[in-house]
Amino acid sequence: MQRRNIVRTASGALLIAATAGGVLYGCASAPADRADGQRAEAMLKSSFKAHGQATLDRLDQDETQRLCSEYAGRALPQPVAERIEKANLATIRFPADGKLVGDWKSGEKIAQSGRGFQYSDDPTKPAGANCYACHQLSPQELSYGTIGPSLYQFGKRRGFTDETRRYAWQKIYNAQAFNACSNMPRFGHRHILTDAQIRDVVALLVDPASPVNR
Amino acid sequence: MPGMIRRIVAASAVVCVFAGVVADVFAQSTADEIAKYRDALQDGNPAELWEARGEEMWKTPRGPKHVAFASCDLGQGAGVVKGAYAQLPRYFADAGRVMDLETRLVWCMVNQQGYTHADATKTVFGNGSAKRSDLEALAAYVTSRSQGVKMNVPLDEPHVHDMYALGEKMFYYRGGTHDFACATCHGDDGKRIRLQDLPNLTKVEGAQKAYTTWPAYRVSQGELRTFQWRLNDCFRQQRFPELVFGSDASIALTAYLAGRANGAEYRGPAIKR
Ligand code: HEC
Ligand code: HEC
Repeated sequence: MQRRNIVRTASGALLIAATAGGVLYGCASAPADRADGQRAEAMLKSSFKAHGQATLDRLDQDETQRLCSEYAGRALPQPVAERIEKANLATIRFPADGKLVGDWKSGEKIAQSGRGFQYSDDPTKPAGANCYACHQLSPQELSYGTIGPSLYQFGKRRGFTDETRRYAWQKIYNAQAFNACSNMPRFGHRHILTDAQIRDVVALLVDPASPVNR
Repeated sequence: MPGMIRRIVAASAVVCVFAGVVADVFAQSTADEIAKYRDALQDGNPAELWEARGEEMWKTPRGPKHVAFASCDLGQGAGVVKGAYAQLPRYFADAGRVMDLETRLVWCMVNQQGYTHADATKTVFGNGSAKRSDLEALAAYVTSRSQGVKMNVPLDEPHVHDMYALGEKMFYYRGGTHDFACATCHGDDGKRIRLQDLPNLTKVEGAQKAYTTWPAYRVSQGELRTFQWRLNDCFRQQRFPELVFGSDASIALTAYLAGRANGAEYRGPAIKR
């Protein structure tokens, strides 16, 4: 299987190893051991105060966050990557009515908005996803970030199929189901977006009429 | 000379903005920013106003005990300002703690000038003329006296070394609703969020370039901001709770980034977007 030759860095990048087989460990200077991690965690707890919706439990890590922090800056061993992906894949829920594609116009607004979950944000207003912070999408929007790949022509490139629609839903719901320690937020799993919002963002990616695919 | 260095830093900031515009768009907000930069340049760096106010405060007896900062040791001896910032954070035996500049200033205000901690930290980040921050002015003054001095954080000192290691941990600590860590936004070369360039702070050059220009006058805010403010605001964007001013995590991250900047010339207070 191809997988053996792929070494992941915890930042989500893929390095294709030139040699066949085996897992490669440790490239960059790795932040040290577990004990240090626990001390860092204790230090964190005493260094923050709850502010509005940003309460102190935001500092508590789930298993995925803990592993991704521990291996940050060095290659993620394949078994750990697989464990993370399996656990995250298991979190993905499809909508009860099976409808994965909504309104791309509303999806564009959600992709534009960076509002939400900061203590400076109004928690009674709907949150955005800020996809443009990290991705190119509609070619009309020139102010886009580059932390993630360009998604221009996402649907057109992948084909307007069921498989594409299902992949888009799942990737937005939980990006780490496909790429352990991805820098992309897990929008569905962490309740950043509602099902209805995910549906609209999926439409932005896969609707043939969306500017993304024109 | 220091004024000149500042103007060069400011001028290169303008060049960066223009380069970004050529490559990307002329969004209205970007154009506004450039206009503001131009205005700011004509009058020099407004950070000088904070420096002047800070210098005045440094030399004037203050607080319930009526004591001037002449007795405040920033690490180079009582009252010595020149070059002090380039060697912070450091361990202070009298406080039993590693401290950055802002934390040390508060310590002197409390332990020498007789302020309560609450009074000394009442306005850590200013907001217009109605709510001016003494700490920002003092920081502007002290840091300006390290211009041209090479960063030299004493990383061999065990307490500082320890804080540096914890700061590195903290830099990679992912959490919150969005799984963000500092490294999410500052861990790769040549990335940007929207049109804002993100320095790669995991690389020595990236840390040097970023750290040596803070504090900075922020054109978009009309305020001089310290490194404590920079960390506070990045944690906000990270969807974390609010960073406590002078907390251990803030000092650990400062020790990490300042230590990574060792060897580079300090160039602040700069002027930024
Ligand atoms: C903080 C940055 C960030 C944000 C915000 C973000 N992403 Fe991503 N995204 C990434 C990164 C990094 C990757 C590449 C790594 C990976 O595949 O997980 C990625 C990958 C993807 C992919 C997979 C592309 C492919 O060809 O397989 C899709 C689809 C995607 N993002 C959609 C979105 C959408 C839609 C949003 C908004 C709801 C969004 N992203 C928000 C960082 C981000
Ligand atoms: C969600 C993305 C994001 C996260 C997470 C983040 N930052 Fe930032 N950071 C930014 C942006 C955007 C800027 C540039 C702001 C500007 O130009 O106004 C910035 C600027 C900075 C700068 C100043 C760079 C310069 O050259 O002036 C430093 C230093 C910094 N961040 C440190 C950190 C640290 C330390 C953390 C972790 C506590 C962190 N950041 C987390 C987005 C982020």
